[in-house]
Amino acid sequence: LLAPLGARLRARLRAPLRSAASAPPLYDVVVSGGGMVGSAMAAVLGHDIHFHDKKIALLEAGPRKDYDHMPDSYSNRVSSISPGSATLLSSCGAWDHVCSLRLKPFRRMQVWDACSEAMIVFEKDDLDDMGYIVENDVIMSALTKQLDAVADRVKVFYKSKAVGYTWPLPSHSCDTSPWVQVELADGRKLQTKLLIGADGHNSVVRKEAEIKNIEHQYDQSAVVATLHLSEATDNNVAWQRFLPTGPIALLPLSDTASSLVWSTSHDHASELLAMDEESFVDSINSAFWSNINHSDFIDTAGAMFRSAISLLKPSGTAVRQLPPSVAKVDPESRAMFPLGMGHATEYVQHRVALIGDAAHRVHPLAGQGVNLGFGDVACLAHHLSAAAFNGSDLGSLKHLLKFETERQRHNVSLIAATDALKRLYSTTLAPLVLLRTWGLQATNALPPVKVRI
Amino acid sequence: SIGFDIQLSLFRFSVKRPFSTSHSSVDSKEIKKFQLLAHKWWDEEGEYAALHSMNDIRVPFIRDALLSRSSNYHLGNPLSGIKILDVGCGGGLLSEPLGRLGASVTGIDPVEDNIRTADRHKSFDPVLAKRIQYKSSSLEEIVEESMETFDVIVASEVVEHVADLEMFIKCCSQVLKPEGSLFITTINKTQLSYVLGIVVAEKIMGIVPEGTHEWEKFVPPEELECLLESNGFSVKTVKGMLYNPLSGSWSWMESTSLNYAVHAVKSGARAQSHATDTQQRSATAGTA
Repeated sequence: LLAPLGARLRARLRAPLRSAASAPPLYDVVVSGGGMVGSAMAAVLGHDIHFHDKKIALLEAGPRKDYDHMPDSYSNRVSSISPGSATLLSSCGAWDHVCSLRLKPFRRMQVWDACSEAMIVFEKDDLDDMGYIVENDVIMSALTKQLDAVADRVKVFYKSKAVGYTWPLPSHSCDTSPWVQVELADGRKLQTKLLIGADGHNSVVRKEAEIKNIEHQYDQSAVVATLHLSEATDNNVAWQRFLPTGPIALLPLSDTASSLVWSTSHDHASELLAMDEESFVDSINSAFWSNINHSDFIDTAGAMFRSAISLLKPSGTAVRQLPPSVAKVDPESRAMFPLGMGHATEYVQHRVALIGDAAHRVHPLAGQGVNLGFGDVACLAHHLSAAAFNGSDLGSLKHLLKFETERQRHNVSLIAATDALKRLYSTTLAPLVLLRTWGLQATNALPPVKVRI
Repeated sequence: SIGFDIQLSLFRFSVKRPFSTSHSSVDSKEIKKFQLLAHKWWDEEGEYAALHSMNDIRVPFIRDALLSRSSNYHLGNPLSGIKILDVGCGGGLLSEPLGRLGASVTGIDPVEDNIRTADRHKSFDPVLAKRIQYKSSSLEEIVEESMETFDVIVASEVVEHVADLEMFIKCCSQVLKPEGSLFITTINKTQLSYVLGIVVAEKIMGIVPEGTHEWEKFVPPEELECLLESNGFSVKTVKGMLYNPLSGSWSWMESTSLNYAVHAVKSGARAQSHATDTQQRSATAGTA
């Protein structure tokens, strides 16, 4: 009788130690990656009423970024923020800070081809802002302020890189910890009920979770710079021209300054960075104004198509506005980075979710990158909020799968379309140019298609 | 079994009395059925998958009914300050969400192994470990020490397993505070519930482990309502529930011919049926 009792006593004594206070601190959610998307995730959850009593941690490898006012010169890393993203940033109180720092709304987007006269203009009927050009540093500063506001719920670990993750066994084999274990570079450990990977396109969370990633490096790099215009203008139009080597875009920063994003071959990008400032400015102006890639054949075919449309639908052709010309470039503002596309086959696993570039990486030509990430944040926050109000285990696949389905449905078509557009516009072959010329013109004439974009 | 009892008295806060078979709502055959599956509770895709997904409708049902009866709550901790008794808590599938919403939960179940599983599962979460207490016990065994203790009683998928339903309801009334809420989910006794609830669910599709339910013990809502009303309860809501085996999810429906949920409220006056109350009644009769 005593032997079995002894065994039971020993078993009982062991169990409490496993769940004792010596275990690493347990968080409800840990967000790995403190960029724009990761910080937004932590801030939105921190401001969610159903997360009032929850503990959230944000892990960021870099230092804290905070500005009370911006330096006079503009940063060369900017993003085009959609109205939907602005709404998300508003929901956690960050948009007010963005507005008080600096941003540039734009009303119109003109996209055209270097090989033809075809053009498409995006404009909102109600003269509302189509979007905003905002420096990434401004967004980060705004989010940092809002994270400070909920410091009792969200703990931000700066200069803390996560180096290892240990995944729990499926929940029903219950003698080991059911939580995700996170190890930081300095040896500190955390546990969490849900790990959100917001650590960029080379996501460590995704790799350690062994989630397959479909990826492809483009033979392109993006050159960014801050430009000063020849003359002050309303500058509320975003310009993009498809050259055979890649799209060049001019995004307004102020009445006198614009940001350049020029996607081109690696070699050309290096040349652009190496050349002197005057030559650089000349290249930009020539890229926007030159008609060197036109051929008579294409021009005639394009003109015929345009007359056909104007017979059927008189308002279907738009007046071409002329892009501003550039006078000089900010010294030190030229930089380049390689481009690629990527898509994770799964966005979620038990106790893990991927958001932002960790889940999907896209070509900048559509200006969508960070907006897709903010869309992920809004969707995941919505599902987690409902799960919290239902008393559910936050790491449960049930609601994580709902997030995955919703976002994959939205993202995959957009990523595929962006990739297809990139390939379509990378050629001077007449048939393909004609196709896209007519396509662009037809798209310009059809409101329903334009609205969807 | 002496060693068994000693161990329990060391690690439980109450002494476990040996089972009395005379006045008990616990059916010993039922206990054996659940003992075999005690370790399967927390496999969300396993034998208890349908109970896991039932949380998606029963937790909001309980939560919203309680919020509508309360004027002072915080959406971040909606059930804070509420004491809930989860009768027949099994592995704690319903106790845990209620605990996460802020309630202090006492979960009781006659099957030892279920309580063991429930205790182990909550132990990894310090917040739940504090908010939830489990006890291997029948309802009758806690009545004496828990008179009018609880704000809420939850008896989900339980009454179709009890031996004496009227006694079960009387005990609920005794441990519930006046104006307290009783939530029951169970299965109706109809031809449809035999075909779908037993033949299809158990024998054909394996949604419920075979032998879990006996059609004879299913409870029609009319009978349940009658028993509740005649034991000091006022029935507030009766809603039908439907399980979709393809999606694995539950939804509400008009008809109560299969599963249904009931919300009843104990009347404000003190319970009249218990023997110890009659002395109190005669004492206050002169002042009435």
